[in-house]
Amino acid sequence: MIFGFPIVLFIQRAILQGTALLFGSTGEILTEKSGNLNLGIPGIMYIGGISGVIGGFLYQSSAGRTVNPVLAIIIPLLSSLLGSLLASLLYCFLTVTLRANQNVTGLALTTFGVGFGNFFGGSLIKLVDSEVPSIALTKIAKVFKKTLPFADDLGWFGDIFLSYGFMVYLAIILAVVASIFLKKTRTGLYLRAVGENPATADAAGINVSKYKYLSTCIGGMIAGLGGLYYVMDYTNGVWSNNGFGDRGWLAIALVIFATWKPSVGIVGSYLFGALYVLYNYISVSMPMMPIIQMLPYVVTIIVLIITSMRNKKENQPPASLGLSYFREER
Amino acid sequence: MSENIDRVNETEAAVQDVKPDGHKDQKKREPLFHITKRGQLPLIQAIGIRAAAIVLALIVGGIVSVFVTGKNPIDIYASIFDGAFGNGDRAWVTLQEIAVLLGISLAVTPAFRMRFWNTGAEGQVLIGCLATAACMFWIGGSVPEWLLIVIMLGASIIAGILWGVLPAVFKAFWGTNETLFTLMMNYVAIQLVESFLKIADKSGSNTVGPTILVHGWVPNLFGVQYLLNIVIVAALCVLMYIYLKKTKQGYEISVVGESENTARYVGINVKKVIIRTMAISGAICGLIGFLLVGATSHSIDADLVGGRGFTAIMVSWLAKFNPVIMVLTSFLLVFLDLGAGEMSSALGLNKSYGEILTGIILFFIIGCEFFVQYKINVNKNHKFFVKKGEKEVLE
Repeated sequence: MIFGFPIVLFIQRAILQGTALLFGSTGEILTEKSGNLNLGIPGIMYIGGISGVIGGFLYQSSAGRTVNPVLAIIIPLLSSLLGSLLASLLYCFLTVTLRANQNVTGLALTTFGVGFGNFFGGSLIKLVDSEVPSIALTKIAKVFKKTLPFADDLGWFGDIFLSYGFMVYLAIILAVVASIFLKKTRTGLYLRAVGENPATADAAGINVSKYKYLSTCIGGMIAGLGGLYYVMDYTNGVWSNNGFGDRGWLAIALVIFATWKPSVGIVGSYLFGALYVLYNYISVSMPMMPIIQMLPYVVTIIVLIITSMRNKKENQPPASLGLSYFREER
Repeated sequence: MSENIDRVNETEAAVQDVKPDGHKDQKKREPLFHITKRGQLPLIQAIGIRAAAIVLALIVGGIVSVFVTGKNPIDIYASIFDGAFGNGDRAWVTLQEIAVLLGISLAVTPAFRMRFWNTGAEGQVLIGCLATAACMFWIGGSVPEWLLIVIMLGASIIAGILWGVLPAVFKAFWGTNETLFTLMMNYVAIQLVESFLKIADKSGSNTVGPTILVHGWVPNLFGVQYLLNIVIVAALCVLMYIYLKKTKQGYEISVVGESENTARYVGINVKKVIIRTMAISGAICGLIGFLLVGATSHSIDADLVGGRGFTAIMVSWLAKFNPVIMVLTSFLLVFLDLGAGEMSSALGLNKSYGEILTGIILFFIIGCEFFVQYKINVNKNHKFFVKKGEKEVLE
């Protein structure tokens, strides 16, 4: 407590809230670096979440009283990855192979994904004729939320840095790896070339379609983990329809805020998370609360405007963002 | 004769030996097909491809339905139809929904023709709703009803223009990415509405309804509840068609959409066109917001537009930005949405099943555009088609 403000708790909540956004934005940055503006990310995050829930639900109902901690993580994780992979493949097939409009395809995917999540979230119990009253994967969530054993002994340091489930750290690791990949590796350079100018990349012998497919699928899978994290860790394994809310769009906002840099995304996600939960911790009148929740979007708009005005090369969106590439077209 | 043939074979073998190493591989690597852009496809064929896609989508949707729900797909589609047109009242609701969706689609279309990807129609309509509701709440009662309605109309249109022009100005002068800017503006509008809800209704309810917004109800046309919206949107549809196809401004929009450089070269003020067009888009969105609150629901909540700002993008794109065809595409999407909602409650499914079906159908329609625009030329000489015996002869 500092001046009566529960600072440790606040930071904890901000990090917990920001982690789902961090997965989403890291995935979307990788995707956008290939020139694909995947507006289906909010849908993919729903699909990733519900796929993990389906896998986990089937496992938990078959496992009986005790769950094997390894399987309890592996099964939801793999089914989540599979779900978001299939959704991303669909997006790639339509936009890369069939050269469809990316905005329209992405929005359709979001419609589909949110519907998919809510449908299975609402009907899973009925579909498998289960006896349980609601989807509560508490046993699995406990495994997901397991913290380091000595975290509690370290006071505020442990609370702020060590008191989370493994997915919080996974999100940071993925963002760092993505950052190094984009900046330091040859493949990352090729990927950026594809996003900046696919025709030039193609002429240089880079397989444009392959890069677009791979980065969009891997990006989608990472984003899908954000959905999985939200259900398994943030909400303790309880799925509620539309509970994920607008976090998918917030993740897309975060991409702009981070000016397409995954490492900046780490800080940005916790900042957005802090703004998201801030109204719980300060005394404001009721009508002011939504205004505070509006801040991440306003800040994003300001960043977008400033970067376009300053026109610095390294802060711009990939030049071919949103455009399909067709070799024979000039 | 046989001697001759032998000799020919010998020379061929010799020639093959001389050929550079890669040649044989290259022949193998020749692609199975290549893709070329079509010229203008005859209308019948173009419609045929799209119809085939819809039929295919319905079949796939049916298979998925059986797989997921165990229900008969014909039952599902029958109840979709029943849900959209079951009786007179439902047909009116369907028409009203079409009018709203078509109105928003018309609003986004001029910007799309100029390749300005306005993903912010949701927010532009919602801010129009908010302006209307705010006028009803604060000014209602202190001015005559007719004046209030005029003020509501003006306020909603100005609010819509503001939400549309802001991203356009930055796009025109600094090239700020409009897709992302307009997208973010949606959530600013949503949170502003949330804030208004908390001011107007202290109980913390999520909706401010007709018990609070008692003033400024736009009278029904001929006593029919939804007729006014339908008439206004129908008129808009005709006007928009004329504007885009027959006026100088409409032509300028097309030129900017084809190529900004060309437009600049022929002396079109691109910045002016971008801002003017988005002002028109925003104004129509604001008007729709006015109709939604002032003439239809007399209530406001953050989900009043309900994603129709995004659906409108698909409606407009599916119709190739043609206002007349948009009547059909908005009909299709509203039909699916309402029908699926009704169906899911009739068959005891979760309401979201309709969104899954809509998604499947959209994917097919989106995918089929490829076959309308491009032609796949199959390479008949590819080894895939050549039987083994013939292959040896060829070699």
